Amino acid sequence: MSEPSPKIALEIKNLHKSFGEKKVHTGVSFELYEGEILGLFGGSGTGKSVILRSIIGLEKPDAGEILFESRNIVRLSERKLIPVRTKIAYVFQNGALFDSLTVEENLSYPLREHTKLSDEEIHERVNQMLELIDMKGSNDLLPAELSGGMQKRAGLARATIIQPQIILFDEPTAGLDPVNTKRLLDNIQKLKTKGITGIFVTHDIPSAFEIADRIAILYNGTIYVIETVEKMKLSKDPLVQSFISGSVGPDH
Amino acid sequence: MSPSSSFYSAVPSADTVARSFFQRVGERCFSSLRFAGGFGLLCYQVAREAFRPPYYWKLTIEQIFSIGTQSFLLVAVTALATGSVMALQFGYGLSKFGGKLYVPRLVALTILREMGPVFTSLLVAGRIGSGIASEVGSMKVTQQIDAIRALGTSPIKKIVIPRLYASLIALPLLTLFADYIGLFGALVVSLKELGINSEYFIQKSIETLRMYDLLTGMAKTFVFAFFISICACWKGLNTEGGTQGIGNSTTWVVVTSSIFIMISDFFLTKFFIITVFPKY
Repeated sequence: MSEPSPKIALEIKNLHKSFGEKKVHTGVSFELYEGEILGLFGGSGTGKSVILRSIIGLEKPDAGEILFESRNIVRLSERKLIPVRTKIAYVFQNGALFDSLTVEENLSYPLREHTKLSDEEIHERVNQMLELIDMKGSNDLLPAELSGGMQKRAGLARATIIQPQIILFDEPTAGLDPVNTKRLLDNIQKLKTKGITGIFVTHDIPSAFEIADRIAILYNGTIYVIETVEKMKLSKDPLVQSFISGSVGPDH
Repeated sequence: MSPSSSFYSAVPSADTVARSFFQRVGERCFSSLRFAGGFGLLCYQVAREAFRPPYYWKLTIEQIFSIGTQSFLLVAVTALATGSVMALQFGYGLSKFGGKLYVPRLVALTILREMGPVFTSLLVAGRIGSGIASEVGSMKVTQQIDAIRALGTSPIKKIVIPRLYASLIALPLLTLFADYIGLFGALVVSLKELGINSEYFIQKSIETLRMYDLLTGMAKTFVFAFFISICACWKGLNTEGGTQGIGNSTTWVVVTSSIFIMISDFFLTKFFIITVFPKY
């Protein structure tokens, strides 16, 4: 008997996007299944982050569809995107913490905006989250007082504290030393055990192999290949192999 | 190539100069149109979101205090100096014609109708307009504006509306303080330098001034506050190019707001003369 096909959490259909003369996406299509983490590879400037920004509504694609909960979210207004943004979270590359707010205020921001929790409950949730990301006791620190790794982890915590269905990771390990990379991956692994769905954009191939269930390669404006990690590792395709081995520079 | 020919080839031809001139004019026109469109669109977004919950009153109050405390000392010193200098200049000028006793009337009218509102607005444009533009601009370049949107909240509600409301409340209040402080400065100088006693100064000021003198001056500041805050927020939200971009935005807001204040002041005065001031 064949396995039941996994449920689709998000579907990207024939996405096109240009910035001026430069065509970034020329028909990107893929599906994201519930409970999986999809690693997204591609050279610098190929539009990996633009895919994530289009999903969360920070960029408007020129054409194509993004289907979430059986609805095309591409042309939704900012106001109609609010419920979508409480279910899909975006983890910014540099954390994008609000620099005038403390860590606690940053983490409690989504809870205050989208839940009716009391101050005590919010404080408790923030403390739980800080413990989860190994930042216990840093409630009153300002983002400027945190290291790069801590800022990224706090950004991850802020995005996930409201328990979204899908998390979009934009190069979460970029610029981190091996220890901080390991810590951040452990944090994501903990979230994974809770059954989160996510897209993991990265240049860090070993991290993606550790975290992701499937890998997609964005090349020349489209998805060149999308496969499970195991199949990707065994692939004989020269481009896939060169990506994995790093013999093709990220700008190719 | 001989040195002389290389020298002559470095001089741009008339055709190149003309093209560069027209290109620059075209760029200016395009950026003015972009600003007009962006300003209009932001006003529309503010109008649409201002009356829809959630309301961030705490942020508005924080902004009022921020604008008030940042500007009060500057406004007070400027108003004091302006009032004093005006009394001195009018006293010196009018004494030639034996008109020194008209100083209280002239100074009071000038401060309430023009100097108070315009000077305060120019100072606020410099102090607060640049502050808003640089704060919002750095939030833009560090993706904090994107983060506000990605977290399911509106930068219009979180950033623009509190600053607009705060400016609309704080600028008229600062103007009121500036008016009183300016009059006080004029009163002190009139007493010490011109020998006009304080009772006479106050009596003549009260006799001359009408409520519409104060209110038309304050009404101008509502227009100025609206322009300064929306202009600064728009520029901040459209800042590009890192730290240099923030610097450019800041300067641009101060220059544009100051020009707007100067030009619109003329038309507002004209408007009030036609509609409010009594006909002689």
